[in-house]
Amino acid sequence: MKRGLLITLGIILLIVVYSGCKIKNTQNELVTLDENVKAKWGEVENQYQRRSDLVPNLVATVKGAADFEKTTLTQVIEARAKATSMKIDPSNLSPEKIQQFQAAQGQLSQALGRLMVVSERYPELKANQNFLDLQVALEGTENRITVARKKFNESVQGYNTYMRKFPTSVIAGMLSFEQKGMFEAEAGAEKAPKVEF
Amino acid sequence: MRLLQYLSLLLLTLTTSFAVIASDDDFPKISNPPRLVNDFAGMMNAEQQAALEAKLLEYEQTSSTQIAVVTIKNLGGYEVSQYAAELGERWGIGQAGKDNGVLILASLEDRRMHIASGYGLEGALTDIMCGRIIRNEMVPYFKQGDFYKGFDKAAEAIIAATKGEYHAEKDYHHGKKKLPAIVVVFLIIMILLIIFAISRGDGGNGGGGYYSGRGAGDIATGMLLGQLLGGGRSRGGFGGGSGGFGGFGGGSFGGGGASGSW
Repeated sequence: MKRGLLITLGIILLIVVYSGCKIKNTQNELVTLDENVKAKWGEVENQYQRRSDLVPNLVATVKGAADFEKTTLTQVIEARAKATSMKIDPSNLSPEKIQQFQAAQGQLSQALGRLMVVSERYPELKANQNFLDLQVALEGTENRITVARKKFNESVQGYNTYMRKFPTSVIAGMLSFEQKGMFEAEAGAEKAPKVEF
Repeated sequence: MRLLQYLSLLLLTLTTSFAVIASDDDFPKISNPPRLVNDFAGMMNAEQQAALEAKLLEYEQTSSTQIAVVTIKNLGGYEVSQYAAELGERWGIGQAGKDNGVLILASLEDRRMHIASGYGLEGALTDIMCGRIIRNEMVPYFKQGDFYKGFDKAAEAIIAATKGEYHAEKDYHHGKKKLPAIVVVFLIIMILLIIFAISRGDGGNGGGGYYSGRGAGDIATGMLLGQLLGGGRSRGGFGGGSGGFGGFGGGSFGGGGASGSW
């Protein structure tokens, strides 16, 4: 009788210790993955910021060099204002937030794309060394954005996949870790500013 | 029947695993032995390739900055900038941690080129600079069909821009981490030889003169064999002999650089 009770207690103790260790390990792994996602997100924001910073220069150059179409420029300035006002808390990268961010930045991408297409019509711009340099800088920034987004998506994928697995899913729920959002491929919207020269 | 089933299963696993690898086929593998100039599209002749390789290698050995020149037939639907960043990252051009790699990529059929700068060189070799190098140094020669001159001029300009940014550590070109592996292999062979010789010595309990003579002979054969083996290993390990290119260092790319077309 007494021996049976002891064995049962022992087994329960083992289970408790085991699950305690398991929860601790899972939490540590989740924190590591979460931090990785945050770091990658920082890089994404950084590159979008870099693009924002280029816009005033670009607008000034275009304005100065040619009697440029007003509406295109206004659209770029407005889209930039909207995109920069869109800030996301890195501890809450939910799919909805990412989608909103992407939509705001996507508008700026489209406006910049139009600006570049329209500028093709102005030969004095195409001969302007400053404009050519800015065009290269913008293109380089778009490339960096693409790379940063890809790396961010990979980190989110790693995090989400780890979280969905059993029993991590249960533990993650207990510790209130949530699924994170990814950037989605856009039909043409992101590609717009890539100007062929 | 059982065997047939087993074989078909094996075949199935093999084919599916090949299907998974096929997605990587868009990007060429690092050539063996590794080289800085990889002319997959055949845009330069052998002497030109060798001359360019020598120039890039010399710069690599003093600065540890790796400038790779790659030509491909076509981009297979990729944007040239994305292809370059992806290839640079996959190959690991530049040193890990320093991320001081540069990739000059040209795609023959698309008539597109790209200079991709690693993370660590984005300050010294800005996008704007890459754009100017393409416009002013590469495109004019490419239009004339003198690809070598274009690559050579671009390499010179990149070297000028990145000079002094990084320095090679003292023991940099001593085969990197590969040398210890060879030493370990030699040691293992030596230990094996000694054990072999001792065990042989113990086994032969016959006439003293006889077994010692045979033991010595075995050691000699063993030494010869070991040396042959060792020689083979070291050749493979160094990859093109001492003084040659030691391989890419694991540098990372973030999409910096500029593209152009000719």
